[in-house]
Amino acid sequence: MINTRDILETIGMIQDEHLDIRTITMGISLLDCCDSNIDNACAKVYDKIAKKAENLVKVGEDIEKEYGIPIINKRVSVTPISMILAASGGDPVKYALALERASQTVGVNFIGGYSALVQKGFASGDEALINSIPEALAVTEHLCSSVNIGSTKSGINMDAVALMGKIVKESALMTKDKDCIGPAKLVVFCNAPDDNPFMAGAFHGAGEPDCVINVGVSGPGVVSSAVAKIPDGNITDVADVVKNTAFKITRMGQLVATQASQRLGVPFGIVDLSLAPTPAIGDSVAHILEEMGLESCGAHGTTAALALLNDAVKKGGTMASSHVGGLSGAFIPVSEDAGMIDAVRCGSLSIEKLEAMTAVCSVGLDMIVIPGDTSAEVISAIIADEAAIGMVNSKTTAVRVIPAIGKQVGDEINFGGLLGSGPVMKVNTFSPAKFISRGGRIPAPLQALKN
Amino acid sequence: MRSVITVVGKDMVGILSKVSTLCAENKVNVIEVSQTILQDMFCMIMLVDLSECNLKFGDFSDKLSKIGNEMNLSVHTMHEDIFNSMHKI
Repeated sequence: MINTRDILETIGMIQDEHLDIRTITMGISLLDCCDSNIDNACAKVYDKIAKKAENLVKVGEDIEKEYGIPIINKRVSVTPISMILAASGGDPVKYALALERASQTVGVNFIGGYSALVQKGFASGDEALINSIPEALAVTEHLCSSVNIGSTKSGINMDAVALMGKIVKESALMTKDKDCIGPAKLVVFCNAPDDNPFMAGAFHGAGEPDCVINVGVSGPGVVSSAVAKIPDGNITDVADVVKNTAFKITRMGQLVATQASQRLGVPFGIVDLSLAPTPAIGDSVAHILEEMGLESCGAHGTTAALALLNDAVKKGGTMASSHVGGLSGAFIPVSEDAGMIDAVRCGSLSIEKLEAMTAVCSVGLDMIVIPGDTSAEVISAIIADEAAIGMVNSKTTAVRVIPAIGKQVGDEINFGGLLGSGPVMKVNTFSPAKFISRGGRIPAPLQALKN
Repeated sequence: MRSVITVVGKDMVGILSKVSTLCAENKVNVIEVSQTILQDMFCMIMLVDLSECNLKFGDFSDKLSKIGNEMNLSVHTMHEDIFNSMHKI
C-alpha cells in the first residue's frame, strides 16, 4: 500500500498549504475561422470555441472531484485575433464580443488571445487591433489581451512600445469606474511564449496544433512550508527542498494534464512549471523568500533568493513532466501576492527592485498599480526597460501595470478575486519622452545570432 | 478504479464501522486498512476498489464526506493515482 506518510503529506498540501492546479487552458486555433466578412468570421469563431471547449469545464470538475485536487481555473486561449482580423478587416471589437459570448457559453473564467505580435513591425490588422484594446477590455468581462513588442530574434519595436504606453493609459481611463480593471487584463510581452496557459498573457501560437491542453500548476504555500521545515539548513539544502517539492507539485500537474487530455480527446501540450501566488494568506512567493531568511521581500538578497527559487523549481519540475513550456518559473505579481503587498506597504519593495527580480524569474513587472497621473511615455519606458531585460537574457518578460486613475502613491485599489488588491507604487517621473518619441526598432542583440 | 479514503480527527466509537458499512452497501471492496494515532488524532487510511460500485464516484465521495461532517472528522476520497504519481518515480 502507499506509504501513510506520503498520503498525509499530499492531503496536508492540499488542505493546509493551498496546493492546487491553477489552470487547465485549452488552446484553440482560429486560423480556419478566417473570412473576408467579419460577421461570418465572428460566427465561426464563436461556433468553434463553443464546440471545442464544450466539455472543458465539466471534465475539469470531474477530475477535481475524483482526484481531490482543486482546479481553480478553466480557460481558453485562441490564435491572436490580429491574424483573423487581417483577413476580414472591420471593427475588431466584434471579435471581442464574440469571444466574450463564447467564454460565457462554455463557462470558462477567462479567454485569452485578443492579441497581436508586432515585435518587428505592424502587419495588416495589428494596429487596428491594438487601438481597439481599451474598448474591447471595457466592454467585456472575461477577455484578456496581450501584445508582443519585442523578442531576442527581432529586437524591440519602439513604435509599438510608444503606442502601448498610450493604450495602457487609455484602457485604465475607460474602466476608471470599475477600479481600472482594463489594464489588469492586458500584458505587454517580450519573447511571448506560444503555449502559455496563464492569463492575462495566454494566446494560442501559430505553430500550435488545432487544439491542445496546457496545464499550469501552483503551490507557493507548499514550497514555503517545506522551506520552513529546515530552519537551520544551508542554501544547498534549501535548493534541494524546493526542487523535491516542485517535483511533487508538477507530477500532479502532469497527471491532471494527461487525464484532461484523454477525457477531452485533445492532445496534451505542456505543463507550465510555475509558482503562481494568490492573495490568500499562505499562498505567497514573497513569503518563500522571507522563509529563506529575508526580513521582508525587497531587501538586498531578494534577487539572489529568487534566482535560487526559480532555478530549483525548474529543475524539480522538468524531471516530473514529459513536456514543459509556457512561462515556467516563479511569478511575482504584486497585487496577487499577500507578501508582496505587505512588502510594498512597509516600504521594502520598490518598482526598481521588482525590475531587478524579473531578470531572474518569470515573468515581469506584473500587477503593479501606479499613480493615475503617470504619463504614457513613462509607461512606455517601463515597457522598454522590461523588454530589454527579456531580449538580452533570451527570456520572457512582460509588463502589466495598472494606472489607478485619480489615485496617488499610498492609496489602494481592489480588483477582487485572483487579481487581488494593491497599493499604488511610486514611479520615477523624470521624463523619457524624447527617447520614446524617436520610434524605430532596437536592433536584435548579438545573442540572437546563434546559427 | 482504486481510491484512498482517509479519515482524520478525534478518535471515537464507530468510525471504522460507519465507513466500512457505507462501502459494503455500495459494493465497494476494502482492500487494505491501516490506522494510527498521531498526536491524539485518529488517522485511518483505506485502500478501496470502486470497480463494482453502484454509485457514481462523486456521489460516493459526497456520502463519505457527509459521514465525516456528522462525526466532525475530515474525510477525503481520492484516486490512488494522485499518490502514486506524486510520490513514486
